[in-house]
Formats: sequence, structure tokens, C-alpha cells
Amino acid sequence: MFDIALKMLFGDRAKYAMLVSGIAFATILMTQGFALFFGILSFSYATISNVRSPIWVFDPLVQQIADNQPLRDTDVDRVRSVEGVAWAAPLYIGGATAKLLGDGGSSQQVTLIGIDANTLAGAPTNLLSGNVLDLRMAESVIVDANFVFQVKALRGKELKLGDVFEMNDRRARIVGIASLSQGMGGATSIYTTWDRAKGYAPSQRKMLTHVLASPQAGRSLAEVCRAITEATGLKAVSEAEFKDMSELFMVKYSPIPFVVGLMVVIGFVIGVAISGQTFYAFILENTRYLGALKAMGTSNTTLAAMILLQALIVGLTGFGLGVGVMSAFFSSLPPGRVPLLLLWPVPVGVLCAVLFICMGAALLSVLRVSRIEPAIVFRS
Amino acid sequence: MSTPATAETTATPAPGQPAVCLRAVDKSFRNGDQITPVLKQVDFTALAGEMLLLVGPSGCGKTTLLSVLCGTLHADAGRIEAFGHTLSALSPALVTRFRASHVGFIFQQFNLLPTLTAAENVAVPLRIQGVSAAKALPRARELLARVGIGDKAGERPNRLSGGQQQRVAIARALVHDPALIVCDEPTSALDSVTGHQVMDLLRGTASDGRRTVIVVTHDPRIYRYADRMAEMEDGRILRVLPSPAAIAAAHPHA
Repeated sequence: MFDIALKMLFGDRAKYAMLVSGIAFATILMTQGFALFFGILSFSYATISNVRSPIWVFDPLVQQIADNQPLRDTDVDRVRSVEGVAWAAPLYIGGATAKLLGDGGSSQQVTLIGIDANTLAGAPTNLLSGNVLDLRMAESVIVDANFVFQVKALRGKELKLGDVFEMNDRRARIVGIASLSQGMGGATSIYTTWDRAKGYAPSQRKMLTHVLASPQAGRSLAEVCRAITEATGLKAVSEAEFKDMSELFMVKYSPIPFVVGLMVVIGFVIGVAISGQTFYAFILENTRYLGALKAMGTSNTTLAAMILLQALIVGLTGFGLGVGVMSAFFSSLPPGRVPLLLLWPVPVGVLCAVLFICMGAALLSVLRVSRIEPAIVFRS
Repeated sequence: MSTPATAETTATPAPGQPAVCLRAVDKSFRNGDQITPVLKQVDFTALAGEMLLLVGPSGCGKTTLLSVLCGTLHADAGRIEAFGHTLSALSPALVTRFRASHVGFIFQQFNLLPTLTAAENVAVPLRIQGVSAAKALPRARELLARVGIGDKAGERPNRLSGGQQQRVAIARALVHDPALIVCDEPTSALDSVTGHQVMDLLRGTASDGRRTVIVVTHDPRIYRYADRMAEMEDGRILRVLPSPAAIAAAHPHA
């Protein structure tokens, strides 16, 4: 009887297209909602994604990446001396003002990242142009492609390798352009060396904000993090844990996830309304024929299985179409600039939601069909 | 008649012997607080191999009686026996299985599945019984040829005329060789010529003596096809006309 169920479903192409479109639309709504939610959250740890280090060490008071509590310069050596640490390097993260030359002094706020000149630990890996080793040259910086984009959009100036601008009255020459994740509020990043960053950033007594580290081969991240914390009194976490901390901070203390979460919920409710109602209406339209099948001796169990199969097919097809459309749309967007992140839990979650909606509508339909008097078919 | 162990087995009575018996059957419909009795202590017998017409004014209970005797509607009280089964004592699941194996249906509005071809529609009762499509479809095409529309096997119902659709419905009612065929107003949606062609076909299905055909109708044009006729009024069997001659005498203008 399953082939009959499929023919009932596919036979009327217009109705089938309408059903699948409804589910696809619901999928699109939910996918963009979830992707926006995760995208906004990913902005909270953009710098962690850009720097990339197995272990991050910072002041125990720090709760997220944007919260910079100064460390002593000697903390780098203290971390380096812990058993199980392969290497440790200083890192500066802070705000700076990039002042464009020959542009009437217009300026851009940026996130300044100072990395160790010897190891270049934390240097950007996705360079669009230039060479990361050139960071060792005098006055050199690597800028975010989003910074180039913003300067062009806002100031009409197209920055390229070799161009010079100022930070804290010091010259900065572009030796590389990297594709980096953008932070909250459109914040872009500029890389330089740790020593040079101390000159570009507003002066403070203690400039070290983080220590980057890596475990020796054969040592686990958790084990080495624990050892660093015990030996130094600083907090040491893996990259994933630091991202989670930053996400959690944003979820707890920022209104943005609530607003976006509300959009996700609304998307889900609209999805339920559209797809559930569409499928239920499909069953209602077929009540007479399902009644005829029942009169002719089809059991409630068989009818239920037929309806569930139809719901499953509609759900999977609509989901595939919707998620395909969204994937194509997302991949057409410039990377790192738009807060839409299609992590694997998004399609999996949306698939579960779609199946939940379809199966819910199907179960309601099954309930209705099970109550149909087969004698209904004798009524004209 | 005794109740056999399974709903699929058939105790086939000899032609002229009782095939379906209703004793003191009541059926009411509830609408809010209002209860409307539709069948009142109905006693009724259909014989094997006969074509029996159920006639009467609208609302007299014909269709309800048809529904009860074929097991699509549960009676409130009374005893219903059909082909060796006490339907009124069977579980709903067994009644469903009884319908699948013993009853062929012909509906006023045909109720053909619009997305299936004629042959696929005809094959449905066999598919319900678990017969594979590969085995059911050739049998369905054979039946379509028997009712004169073998060339329409691949057409969907919306490409067929009303008469052709009713022929598909007749083929569907016969495909699993049921002992009982119930027809609800089979000619009401058809013109006169097509109606007579359909009744000729139905008449033929009963004439081998193995099948009982019960027809609910308002259409006097088809009275002459009946072996017997039960006249109903206000939820009761008013009288049973026992032969074609008695029907002709009672309804001379039919």
C-alpha cells in the first residue's frame, strides 16, 4: 500500500509542490533564524577564531575574549616553564585607532592584535595577499579584508599592499591582507608584532593580555591547562572552551541572543503553522479517498503508516530544498562579514524540527482518519 | 450460521439460501443532545446469488442499512450475520478484514483515487489484501476488459466519462471475487443509457449464483433488474417484493 500512498502524494503535482514549498519555506525561516543566532554568537569569539591557539592563558577574572585584564610580561616565561607546555607566546588584544593618511585624518576603530615576532604564533592563516613573514619587517601590519572593504566603502580609498596609515602617530605599512572573521559592531582586526603593538596601542603599564600556548606531543589539552592553572594561578583553557565562555557571556549579558532567539522561535512557530497546516489540509482533502480505502478493508494501522510515509517524504523533500537554497545563499555571501553561520547542528536541528512538525501533523491526521466512519463513503 | 475462526474464510451458501441476515437491528445517530433513530428493529435477509434492491424515500434508512449490513457502520443493537460471520460480534479489526475479503463496494460518487490509473484503482482491493502490484495489475486489466474498458487501463479517472468511471468501480468491486457487492445509487450520476449498461453489468455479476448484490436506489428505471425488492420507510422494512413479477406488479410504471 506504500506505493499507493506515494502515488496519492506525487500524483497531484500542484498539491505536492505546494506541500513541499510550505515545508521548504518553513525550513528557510528556521535555518536563517538558527544560522543568524549562531552567526551573532560567532561574532563574540571572532578574535579567538582569527588568532587560533590550542591553549589560551589569561587572568582568572576574564570571562570572555573582549575582557582584557593585563598580565605581567613575566607570565609568558612562567607558562613556558610549566611541564607539558611545548611553547608559549605573548599576545596583545586591544582597541586602536587607524588614521588614514592623505584623507583629512579620517580614522577607523580596529582590534589590534600583537603576536610574538619570533614564533608568529597566532598569525592569520588565510592570507589573501602578502606574506606573514613580512610581519618581522619594520612598521609592518597585516590587515583584515573587512578593514579594506570598510575603508573603501566609507572613505572611498582602496588599500593595497605597501600602503601606509597611522596608529597612535606611528606608521603602519600593509604587508598582508587576510580573510578574518568580523567581530561585533563590525570591528575589524589588524595584526602586528607584540613589541610593535605596544607602540600602536594607547600606552599602559602592563600590556600583555593573553599568553598563547600549546601542549607537548602526547599531552592532552585538559591536562596541560590544569597544570598551567595550578603552577601559575592563571586561567588556562582550550580554544573551544574559550569560545564557549565568550558565547555564554554574550548569551547571559547581551540582549542580542534573546532578540535573535525570539526570531528563531517565531520562525519555528510560523514553520509549524505553514507546514503543519498545509499537510493537515492535504489529508483533509483526501478524507473521502482514505474513507474509501478504509471501507474497502484497509486497516487503521496501514492508513497510519501510509500517512506517516507521506509526511516523511514531504518533510525530507521540503527540508532538502529549503536547506539547499539556504546553503547556496550563504555560500554566495562574503565570508566573515555576515552573521550567518551554517554549523552542522543548524541543519540537523532544523531537520528534527521539520520532522517533528510533519510527524505532528501526520499524527493529528492519523487521529482524524482513525475516527472516520468508513460509511462516510456512502454520503454524497 | 456460526462464526468461523477467521474473518477471511467464507461459508458460501447455496444459491437462494440466506447470505446476509439482520435481526432486530437498531441504529441511531446523535447530534448533540438529539438522538435520531434511523433503523428500528430491522429484520432483513439477502439471499445468495440474488440482486436485491433497497428502495424508499430519502431519509428512510436505506444507506444506513446498507452500511450496517456490510460492516462499515456498527449497529447499536441486533444481530448481523453474513457468510458465516456474526458481524455484530466481531472486533472492529476483524470486521475490517471481513470487508476486505468479502465485500465489493460501488459508490454513488465512484470514489476512485484520482492520482491512480484505472487499472491501479481496480487493483486496490487486492493490494489491501497484500497482493503485490505485479500480480494485482494483470488481474485488474482483465476485469477492465470484462467491463468493456480494457483500453482505458492506463487512464486516470479525470480522463474518463461518468459511465466509464462507474465501470472502473464495478471492476474494482469484482477484482477480489467478493461474495457480497453493495452498491449505493450506482446509476444516479449516469444518463439513462449508461445507467442501463451499468445495471446489465451488475446483473451479470449476480447471475452466476455465487454472489449477492444489494443495491440502494431511488431510480425506478432499474427496478426491472432486481430479483427481489425491499421497500423501506421510516427506518423499517415496509415490505419485500419476492420476485420480478411482484416488483413489476407493484411498480407498473418503472
